[in-house]
Amino acid sequence: MAKALHIDYHKCTGCRLCELVCAVSHDGISNPIRSRIRVMKWEAEGLYIPMSCQQCEDAPCMNVCPVKAISRDESLGRISVDYDACIGCRSCVGVCPFGAMNFNAIDKQVFKCDLCDGDPQCVRFCEVKAVDFIEADEICTSKRRTAAERVSAAGKEAAALEAQL
Amino acid sequence: MPLNRKIAYIDLTTGDIQTKPIPLEVRKKFLGGRGLDAYLLYNHTKKGCDPLGPENALMISGGILTATCASATARTHVMAKSPLTGLLGSANMGGFFAPELAWAGFHHLVIKGKAKHPVYIYVHNGEIEIRDAREIWGNTVPDTQWAIREDLGDQEVKSCVCGPAGENLVRFANVMTGIKNSGGRTGMGCVMGSKNLKAVAARGTMDIKIARPAEALEYNKRFIDQIVSAKVNQTQGALGTAFIWGATNSWGGVRCRNFQYNQCEYADDIEPERIDEIAEETMGPYHMTGCYGCQVHCRAQYKIPEGPYAGKYDEGPEYTSQGAFGGETDTPRALTVLVGNHLVDQFGMDNLETGSLISWAMELYEKGIITSKQTDGLDLRWGNDDAVIEMIERICYRKGWLGDTLADGGIPASKKIGKKSFDYLIQVKGMSNLHSDERATPGLALNIATASRGSDHLRSRPAIDLYHLPQDVLRKIYSNPVAYDGPLSSEHTEYIGKPWQVFWHENCYMGVDSLGICKYHTTFLGATLPNFEDWSKVLYYNTGLEMTPEEIWQVARRNNMLERLFNLREGLIRDDLEKGDMLNHRYFDEPCRRGAIDVVGRLIDKEKFIKMIDELYEHKGLDPDGVPKPETLKELGLQKEPSHLL
Repeated sequence: MAKALHIDYHKCTGCRLCELVCAVSHDGISNPIRSRIRVMKWEAEGLYIPMSCQQCEDAPCMNVCPVKAISRDESLGRISVDYDACIGCRSCVGVCPFGAMNFNAIDKQVFKCDLCDGDPQCVRFCEVKAVDFIEADEICTSKRRTAAERVSAAGKEAAALEAQL
Repeated sequence: MPLNRKIAYIDLTTGDIQTKPIPLEVRKKFLGGRGLDAYLLYNHTKKGCDPLGPENALMISGGILTATCASATARTHVMAKSPLTGLLGSANMGGFFAPELAWAGFHHLVIKGKAKHPVYIYVHNGEIEIRDAREIWGNTVPDTQWAIREDLGDQEVKSCVCGPAGENLVRFANVMTGIKNSGGRTGMGCVMGSKNLKAVAARGTMDIKIARPAEALEYNKRFIDQIVSAKVNQTQGALGTAFIWGATNSWGGVRCRNFQYNQCEYADDIEPERIDEIAEETMGPYHMTGCYGCQVHCRAQYKIPEGPYAGKYDEGPEYTSQGAFGGETDTPRALTVLVGNHLVDQFGMDNLETGSLISWAMELYEKGIITSKQTDGLDLRWGNDDAVIEMIERICYRKGWLGDTLADGGIPASKKIGKKSFDYLIQVKGMSNLHSDERATPGLALNIATASRGSDHLRSRPAIDLYHLPQDVLRKIYSNPVAYDGPLSSEHTEYIGKPWQVFWHENCYMGVDSLGICKYHTTFLGATLPNFEDWSKVLYYNTGLEMTPEEIWQVARRNNMLERLFNLREGLIRDDLEKGDMLNHRYFDEPCRRGAIDVVGRLIDKEKFIKMIDELYEHKGLDPDGVPKPETLKELGLQKEPSHLL
């Protein structure tokens, strides 16, 4: 089973270092519009949500591509663009439900997360691990544990309330 | 390349806008940020210019490394002649504005003149326009930014703005960006208000090519590992700067009741852990936020839990707000600190100056120098939480006699109040001290007395002096990048060796301010954090500019000397209590009454203190009057200022 990018926005501090290292490691350039991962912000509420490609199983970008330039790379668990085949029609940009297929107006090319060939730089630099790279079937395990803790805490609270009555 | 970012000259009176490249020789001489701003200020203002007149020049800039792959390059610098002190005005803030300005094609803006009606400047991919802000005028700091986004139809726009305090010409109004990033001290927001300039907005998508991307990335990773491994940054990243309060208050290093005590009793309520308990969303790794590219994430997020401001969202409170609205006024209650912090963030007003002036007024009220007549009936007794909150609003909107008087700053207020009120004012060069008490720490006292923007901890404070570091560690830090074989003392109550430490930190902080890096990423609170040697490398990897650590040290010295030249031109005299390098008499006359055993009874020995100033002047290359010697100016290449290179 390949690893997947797991984003836990609760942990995100909104610093956008992921954007910087993504752009610099791919293009050697600092410019957020070149980043495959983007942090969406609601500053007035202190809410920051990193958005990136989900590498969908039934990927709309792959399905819509008229020249079959987009394909699934099973070994790395990613969806890739074949730039020799791509005609730059941006159909994939239009259908992506996450806004994760980007178009770079400077180089006139679509681009998306390639998981840095298995060593995502956004993950490497994110100290709080708001962006993590873990086995896809393990993502739910930690979530299940957190949810179970909530259930347990709620149970204890209920018992304590009952004892007071 | 970061080096191709330009400078723009904007005249708000005529609407004229000029842009120019920044020549490489200028970069090598001043780098950027605060350093180049100091050069521009000296060159673009005339002696004795009115700080609130159209002739004052307002500089807004990023550092030379802004938005590059160096770590935490988020700092925006703002400079002008200060309406609070009549000397150097300078403010530095985090957030996301400076990187956006760099992506929009600029590193430096020089703004002169005065607009006919409220305007804002919009910088976008190499272009600059002046837009109508009449609809936006009057808004709070955050609302101004949201209104500009609406006006431009772009949610990614970043703005630095002045709030109602700036519009009302409160002499210590801030320029701010985001929720709470404050370009505080010396009233740069007031200069914006005087120019009818509500905001500068930026949005950019222009490439910044990194000279050696692979090396820059790897070095950044090392940098980050080093920075997050420092205990001080880990604590800061979990609790915010509020964590400092417990330590400094317990040994007796904070002002309480203006300057009567050096420790605040019963202050547990304003500790970060307590704030965490009562505020809805605050502290801890899941509720911290950071500036651009920074892994320290030092600011907490909170919602006010109860009272008239219940549910309001803000960031902080910083250590400074704990002191300003908790310690100095003797109101150590979490809610007062949270609300006080929120109000100054909304108004765009300096928390340090506000808290300090309110506590000064409280002492005058206690002494009977002002009475309920001047306070319009407000009971300004120590510990009156409601009065503190009320005064913050009165100052911002210049309500009542006292609100209006304090809004003009400490020295003008003392002249209006009279009756020895000046003797109680804790200030240097017309700017109030933060809430720290330096009577037991001569090194820190020397820092506030000689700092270029007045009583301030961010210009030259040897903060690590409090850690009692062993001699060999001190030697390693302080004899780089230039040799130093004079004395050094691990004891914070000592006088020896401190002038060199203050001189070293002055250059270190000028270094980060010119590069555009945050002080939490250098030898400020963490003794092991990067400085000159690392900067030489990050500068090369990111910009391709080759400079040795010694050369960066020289640039820092040059830039500091420019600030000195400006202050001297505008009337700095060594021993002057209003415009000089001298402390209030209370530092020399009133011993510390509380704190650790080696702190109680301490005060500053004036004779030794004056010798420290002499020694610092020697290190800086100044004569005994504090004026640069001709050979110093020659060594730094400043004999012919103003030289109008830009």
